[in-house]
Amino acid sequence: MLLIHCPYCNQTLPELEFTYAGEAHIARPADPSSVSDEEWRDFLFIRTNVKGPHYERWRHFHGCGRYFNAVRDTVSDRFLITYKTDDPRPELSKLLEKSK
Amino acid sequence: MTHFSALSLIKNALSGQKNWEPQWPDSEPKAEYDVIIVGAGGHGLGAAYYLAKEHGITNVAVIDKGWLGGGNTGRNTTIIRSNYLYDESAKLYDHALDLWDGLSQELNYNVMYSQRGVLMLAHNVHDVQSFQRHVHANRLNGVDNVWLSAEEAKEFCPPLDISPTARYPVVGAALQRRAGTARHDAVAWGYARGAAARGVDIIQNCPVTAIRRGPDGRVTGVETAKGFIGAKKVAVSAAGHTSVVMDTAGVRMPLESYPLQALVSEPIKPIFPCVVMSNSVHAYISQSDKGELVIGSGTDQYTSYSQRGGLPLIEHTVAAICEIFPIFNRMRMLRKWGGIVDVTPDRSAILGKTPVPGLYVNCGWGTGGFKATPGAAHTLAWTVAKDDPHPANAPFTLERFSTGRLIDEAAAAAVAH
Repeated sequence: MLLIHCPYCNQTLPELEFTYAGEAHIARPADPSSVSDEEWRDFLFIRTNVKGPHYERWRHFHGCGRYFNAVRDTVSDRFLITYKTDDPRPELSKLLEKSK
Repeated sequence: MTHFSALSLIKNALSGQKNWEPQWPDSEPKAEYDVIIVGAGGHGLGAAYYLAKEHGITNVAVIDKGWLGGGNTGRNTTIIRSNYLYDESAKLYDHALDLWDGLSQELNYNVMYSQRGVLMLAHNVHDVQSFQRHVHANRLNGVDNVWLSAEEAKEFCPPLDISPTARYPVVGAALQRRAGTARHDAVAWGYARGAAARGVDIIQNCPVTAIRRGPDGRVTGVETAKGFIGAKKVAVSAAGHTSVVMDTAGVRMPLESYPLQALVSEPIKPIFPCVVMSNSVHAYISQSDKGELVIGSGTDQYTSYSQRGGLPLIEHTVAAICEIFPIFNRMRMLRKWGGIVDVTPDRSAILGKTPVPGLYVNCGWGTGGFKATPGAAHTLAWTVAKDDPHPANAPFTLERFSTGRLIDEAAAAAVAH
């Protein structure tokens, strides 16, 4: 079972308290009516589905109820970091150096 | 290729079983092929077989990073059915079911296809309404599916607990009698043997690291652990790793890869006559010919490439199985494993051409790829050979995610995902 750190509660808790909420940092188009079908496809359906460090969202469903972001390696399932939704996207090279 | 028959069995028995030939050679790559198929699972090997047999294209290589049939082909719970809701799905899966019917004879290889029936349990009003809608839609499409009362379900599957006080009460069930199971490894082996006999090279333990394109954008071949191999056409049939492979050709996919888990019990004498699925509690169960109970679970909630999956899902599934079949609650489980399934937003496959000339893709089968094996293989071969889709796979395009013409089996909930 994964152990996940909630950046709001500042506690590391079992996976069962959390729900996965898909890839992170996908911004909804600011002006929806000007967006082409291909851009809608990219926003709605295309995912990086990366094999390696993955930027993703989780929700502390059975805790504070808030969404937060995380970087998790999809090969080892190890979390490199979890951070609040309004924090900037952490740079991957720095995270990888830190996890060494 | 040795033709398997009663005579060949007797002959080899008399010579102490020492003169069986290998069923296919482990090939080294040539410099160039007409078609390269990435992924030597049932789908990829089957496509090579049909390319050779039905389209006369024999200069074909099937390349895999591991051993053939070692991915999801060897990791699924071997269930075959075609009771999907939408016309497009019913047509494609029933096309597969038609091919399953004669597959052992066609391949001269016993795939142990057993039409023992698949029973889908309804536990509440929503299940009843949804399954009855499926039954009606299926019958309109000529796909067999009937509605059973709880008592009829119990008669069909005696270990079932239908008492009204059960944790998951059974209020009825949908039964597809034509559905059943097959020996998953034998499907890969049968296709591999049939393809190799027609001149197809099967190259194992050779990861494809990139798809190469020429200045005109057309596919020129693949980069592998054994060097560059040229190809006029490349078909990617790489299940959970499709996004990774397609990315090297510059095609981004509407896919997410999740672990899907299964487990087997210790072997016991025949007790379980059919396949039972319970979508509400995400569990399905059948008994293999070896006697093990084969139990399927759901996908993990997070994307992952680790072929493991988390224990909470297995616990939930086994708990549900024990509630529905109290008779099994002291069974011991032997082993569990995970496979990486590639899931599309509408839970339907993508099978057809791509924006890159000469590049084809067969992916997005999610949790239900095994049942489609002959159909996917047959239509993929057709699409590659004619550069045009077969009527059965024509709606399953990559473009549907920009046109919005989705095949929304996700909402239809015919599948446990």
